[in-house]
Amino acid sequence: MTTSTHETRITADRDVPLVRIVREFDAPPEKVFRAHSDPALLVQWLGPRRVTMRVDHYDCRTGGSYRYIHASGGNEFGFHGSFHEVRPSELIVQTFTFEGMPDGVALERVRFEDIGGGRTRLTATSLVDSFEARDAFLASGMEGGVREGYERLDELLAG
Amino acid sequence: MAADPLSRVFSALADPTRRDMVARLAIGDATVNELARPYVVTVQAVSKHLKVLEDAGLVSRTREAQRRPVHLEADVLDLMTTWIERYRRTAEERYRRLDDVLRSMPDGVEPTPPSEPPSTGAPT
Repeated sequence: MTTSTHETRITADRDVPLVRIVREFDAPPEKVFRAHSDPALLVQWLGPRRVTMRVDHYDCRTGGSYRYIHASGGNEFGFHGSFHEVRPSELIVQTFTFEGMPDGVALERVRFEDIGGGRTRLTATSLVDSFEARDAFLASGMEGGVREGYERLDELLAG
Repeated sequence: MAADPLSRVFSALADPTRRDMVARLAIGDATVNELARPYVVTVQAVSKHLKVLEDAGLVSRTREAQRRPVHLEADVLDLMTTWIERYRRTAEERYRRLDDVLRSMPDGVEPTPPSEPPSTGAPT
């Protein structure tokens, strides 16, 4: 098995408050989907390392719902949502609410794309209520913008 | 306009023209005319963009008579870069954990038999 590292790419949409993350995995869509839909596997990777993730319920099928809790240093943060469309090895469409802000909701879509050679391209998008909410966790194209700026600067200094 | 400074910076940089202007200013200070040159837009339009960047604290203009070169506030931009990089790194760390999980999964796993009740996976 190759130990290639895969770049996590993050972009944001200009017209709607949406963040898109693209990442490739050295595993077929069936496996990557299972790691997303089986709570026993999900707890092993979804939450931040310093946080304990406890699953209340996780019924990953069309019309199902989920709730999980992140516990960290005596604090507990609940998250819940509904699965609007689940097509095994292909697509998960779900809502996402942080219970600390119960009126807020994000619409999330995870697409599993077979790119051959037993590999998968995962595209995860998150659509939130407002640009303010989106911009609270990402600047549109900032990565490219700043990087390009610095690259131009480097070129200039090297020249 | 969002109240907190970071959101203002994010909003200011949501526009591709303004991002280009920031990239240009990363090279060095420039006048409004110099900034307008690469674009098929009026100096007025560029001034409007500059106003947004200025309100966000990303650029400043000296009181230096006519020329008034525009200066990039690198500290503010650094804050942004740090922030976006941290976000990207968080996502990357999460997906590296997923890489590990995928490696540990056996090949050719049978789908869950229908007789088995759906796992609620509630480790208590």
